[in-house]
Formats: sequence, C-alpha cells, structure tokens
Amino acid sequence: MTSKSRDIDPVPQPTRIQANARAEAFISTRQNVVQLERAGVRRGGRLLWCNMELNVRQGEFIAILGPNGAGKSTLLKTLLGLYPLHEGRLTVLGAPVRRGNPAVGYLPQRRTFDTDVRVRGRDIVQLGLDGTRWGLPVPMLKRFGGGKARAREEQRRVQQAIELVGATAYAHRPIGELSGGEQQRLLIAQALVTRPRILLLDEPLDSLDLHSQQAVSALIRSISQEYQVTVLLVAHDINPILPYLDRVIYIGRGQTAIGTPQEVITSETLSQLYDSPIEVLQTRDGRLVVVGQPEQVTYHATHSNRVC
Amino acid sequence: MLHTPIGFADAAAGDVQLSWNLIADAQQLFAYHFMQNAFLAGTLIALLAGAVGYFMVLRGQSFAGHMLANVGFAGAVGAKLIGWSPVVGLLVFCLGAALGIGVLGERNGRMQWGQGVAIGTVQTFALGLGILFVQLSSSYAAGIYTLLFGAVLGISDRDVSIIAGTTVVTLAVLVTIARPLLFASIDPDVAEARGVPVRLLDNAFLVLLAFATAQAVQVVGVLLIFALLVTPAAIAQQVTARPTAAVALSILLALLFTWVGLAIAYFTPYPVGFFITSLAFGTYGLVRLFQLLPKTRARPQGELL
Repeated sequence: MTSKSRDIDPVPQPTRIQANARAEAFISTRQNVVQLERAGVRRGGRLLWCNMELNVRQGEFIAILGPNGAGKSTLLKTLLGLYPLHEGRLTVLGAPVRRGNPAVGYLPQRRTFDTDVRVRGRDIVQLGLDGTRWGLPVPMLKRFGGGKARAREEQRRVQQAIELVGATAYAHRPIGELSGGEQQRLLIAQALVTRPRILLLDEPLDSLDLHSQQAVSALIRSISQEYQVTVLLVAHDINPILPYLDRVIYIGRGQTAIGTPQEVITSETLSQLYDSPIEVLQTRDGRLVVVGQPEQVTYHATHSNRVC
Repeated sequence: MLHTPIGFADAAAGDVQLSWNLIADAQQLFAYHFMQNAFLAGTLIALLAGAVGYFMVLRGQSFAGHMLANVGFAGAVGAKLIGWSPVVGLLVFCLGAALGIGVLGERNGRMQWGQGVAIGTVQTFALGLGILFVQLSSSYAAGIYTLLFGAVLGISDRDVSIIAGTTVVTLAVLVTIARPLLFASIDPDVAEARGVPVRLLDNAFLVLLAFATAQAVQVVGVLLIFALLVTPAAIAQQVTARPTAAVALSILLALLFTWVGLAIAYFTPYPVGFFITSLAFGTYGLVRLFQLLPKTRARPQGELL
C-alpha cells in the first residue's frame, strides 16, 4: 500500500451512559458512521486523492484541511452521493451512499443570499424539511383540512431548529437583509431541521467576522455534543475550531493524513505530506500558523511527485 | 384575434356611457361577446402570469421571459402567415425557445442569466425573423401593432378555449412542483444534495414560463409583457416575504390590473395596454415610495405584512 494515511483510531469504547442514550439509534455506536476504504475520486480526468482510509465514529468533530483544489469539497460531495468514487468503497450510516439521504445535513460553500432575495429565513429553514416534497404546499393542505397535524409538527420542528441556532429574533425577516453570520445560522438550522446524524459543512466560517466565527464554531460544537451529531467540516483556517476538534483530515498532493490536530498539524507530518519543507508554529495563545504550505494546488508543479 | 384595433373607438363607438349606476356599468361592460371573451381570457392569463411570474422574479429570469415574448412575436406572425391561429404560433415558438435555452444551459452548467448574451442574441434574431414574416405577409400593419401592444379585445372563442386549457395544465404542473421548485430556485446546491432534480426543474420551469409568456402576450403584447409577468410578482415580493402569500398577492394584483385596465379602457377611447401598465407602474411606485418612508418601530424591518 502506498497510502500514507495515518488513521490511528483507537477501538471505540463508548461509556455505559452514552451507550444507553443511543440504544434506540438505528446504528450502534460501535459502527462507523462514515467508512471509506481505499477510496479515490477522479475529477476532470485526474485523480484528486486516492487510498483514503477513514472511519468516522458517531459524534466526532472532524476538520478537513488542505490547499485550494486539493479535493476537500469533493470529499463532502462524495459523502453526499453527488460524485461517484473512482475506486474503493464508501458506506454512510452502514449503507451504500445515496443522494438525498435526510440523515445527512449539508451546508455548501458560499453562499450569501443577494439582498433582493425576499424570502423569510423561516421559509428557507422549512425548505430543508418539505422542499423535497411534491404536491400542494402545506398551508394549502391545512386549509383543506387534511395534513393539519403534520403541518403543526413541521412548524414545531422548524421553530425548534431556529431556536437551536439562536435565530428566533430575525427568522421572520427576508434572508437577503440579514448579515452573513445570521444567514449562516439559519442555513445551519436548515441543515439541522431533518435531525441528521451527520452534518457536512463546507467552510461555514468563511466570510464571517471574527466574532461570528467564534460564535458559529461554538454553536456547531454544542450541537455535535448535545445531539451526538457527527460533524465533518471543511475549513480554511483551523484556529477558530481548533479547541473543539477531535481529529483533522489533511489532504495534499493526493494523499491524506488523518489524526488528532497534535499529530497531524506538525512540521514533520505536513512536510512529509507535501514533500517540501513546511513549518508549523504555535503562538502564545495556542493558535497554529502553517508556514510554507502551498495556497493552491498547482498541478504542473506537483504532478511529478503526486501519488495519484 | 389580430384584426381588432387596440382602442374601443370602432367596436363600441358612441353608445358607451359611464354612469354612477355600477350595475348598469357592469351590464354595459359585458354587453358584447368580445368583452366577455376579453375578461375571460384576461382572468385566466392573469392567474397564470401572477403565479409563474413569482418564480421568474425569484429566480432572476425576467430577461428570459422578455426573450420568450420576442420569440413568440415571430411565432405569432409566422403562424398568421401560413394561416394558423397566432396563439398556436406563440405557443410553438415560445416552447421551442424555452427548450433551446434549456439545452444551452445544460451544457454550461447552470446558466448565468445576468450575463444574458446568448439570450440577447436569440432575442434579436427572433425579432428579425418576425420582421421578415411581416414583410412576407402583406397588409398586416394592424396585426403587428396589436401583437406588440396587446390584442385582448379580439380574442376568439377558440382562442379562449386554448388559453383555458393551457392555463389549467400549466397551473396544475406548477402547483405540483411548487415546493421543490422553490427549493431549487433559492438554494440549488442544497436542493440537489437532498435529491431534488434541480436540472430537470430548471427546464420544466422554462417550459411553464414559455406557456405563461405565450398567454400574457395576448393581453399586453410583446413590449408590455412585464406588466403582467414581472411587476405584480415584484410588488408582491416587496410587500411580503412569505412565499405562499407572495404568490397569492402576485396573482391578485395581476387580476386587478387586468380587470381594472379592461374596464377603464372600455369607457375611454384609449388602449387597454396603457391602463394595465399604468396600474402596474403606479402600484409599484407607491410600494417603493412607502418603503422609502422612515420605518415605524412597531413593524419588523423590511416586511410590510
């Protein structure tokens, strides 16, 4: 095996209390929520990464790091079933991956709404619940009598998701008028409204100010812990989430290094991953600074020493 | 359909008198068969344009609607040239253009409507084709005029049944796909991840838009199409941010503009298109003006309802 994957999972040993709390869960805690075996993905005719070995356990908080173009977003989209694997095997929640699984919540990269999008934040959240359903919209069903109970139950869940992310004060306002941080909270509520087991977040902290970055990271962490939701989060800057992380996946040069932040984000591991000298510095307040990491994957320069 | 002049001067010359007796006015309004047809067709078209328009404005596809109208113009003149009903020509050409955009968009991923170079090119070509058809069919000046500015007063019984059929089918499809379409319009990435067939809905909506455009052209004409397709929806979205309420309001406004416009035009010598567009413009202006006023504290910011 040419893989340099450093999957150093200890054998999962849930505590008794945790095991009881999750006894009703469809899948036991011992089972991996996401399992990738020798997985490789091809995009635009070339392999982005290969030989990825990854076992994610329930409730884990994992960051996916690496330069632009390394295939971080592609990894999330593969887990969503939007892109096929070129090689290897992938199971999500114990079953082959399928697109549209309501047990997987997704927050794509981006994505701020234009100021002229005049739809309430609450409706955006609700679309996460009923946006996939064909036929008459719920308010009409209500009017015709049938579906009343379901409509009320759905309203309750939407309200719950909005309260969970702390967006009650502005959920009734058109989403285009809200700040980036407020929009992001509502979009997280949308991803949560189906009560997913897995949350896939693509740069949720991007384009947020420092204060919102900290608030949103703390929110994601508390959701992950309280509801045992597994979080895989693509990040550009690791520092706002560093204190919350269980593990990181570093993608570079077609390979992956997986482990705790202390294990992976070191001068030695990253230099080996990129095959060039990289220095990791730690500031006095615990922030990590990576020096020498390529900002962008340039395939002319790195093609010769790529593994894939 | 295209032989009736815009104004009522010829059709209902001196014998129309507006009085304070509303019942008598209404009786006058519906005294002629062509007025009954006009109201019937206008109502159906307003229903359709108001509903489809909401999604069009939300998706930022106003330009596509305008292009479809221009293409429809060529279709209507072309159909007249070979002795068919202009309604059929409108439908066929709009549908063809919608499918064409769909295919082009498929290749380029999700189409960038804001850039619209391809749309602009197709649109001018369609107008050029229209001019050719006009030239080929001699003595058709009045017909062109009504096509460009609306010809609701000359709608035949057969046209009304075609409009009724199209409206019912289009609205039924729209109601069926409403929620996934809303999801795909606002949030295509998440919708796709959740299993909504986003690309299929993009194309399906273009077809619905083609039907709505082909119908609306008959009331307000190619050049005034925005009065029914865009303005009611734009006003509704300014007034409320609730999707269901906005669709309802958009339909209501489109109906109101059409009915009032037809009624005023009946009692005056001036064209229907002018009154419908004026009502639309006036209402839009009022709503925007109201929003410029300093907001009261009691009201949540940015929402009137």
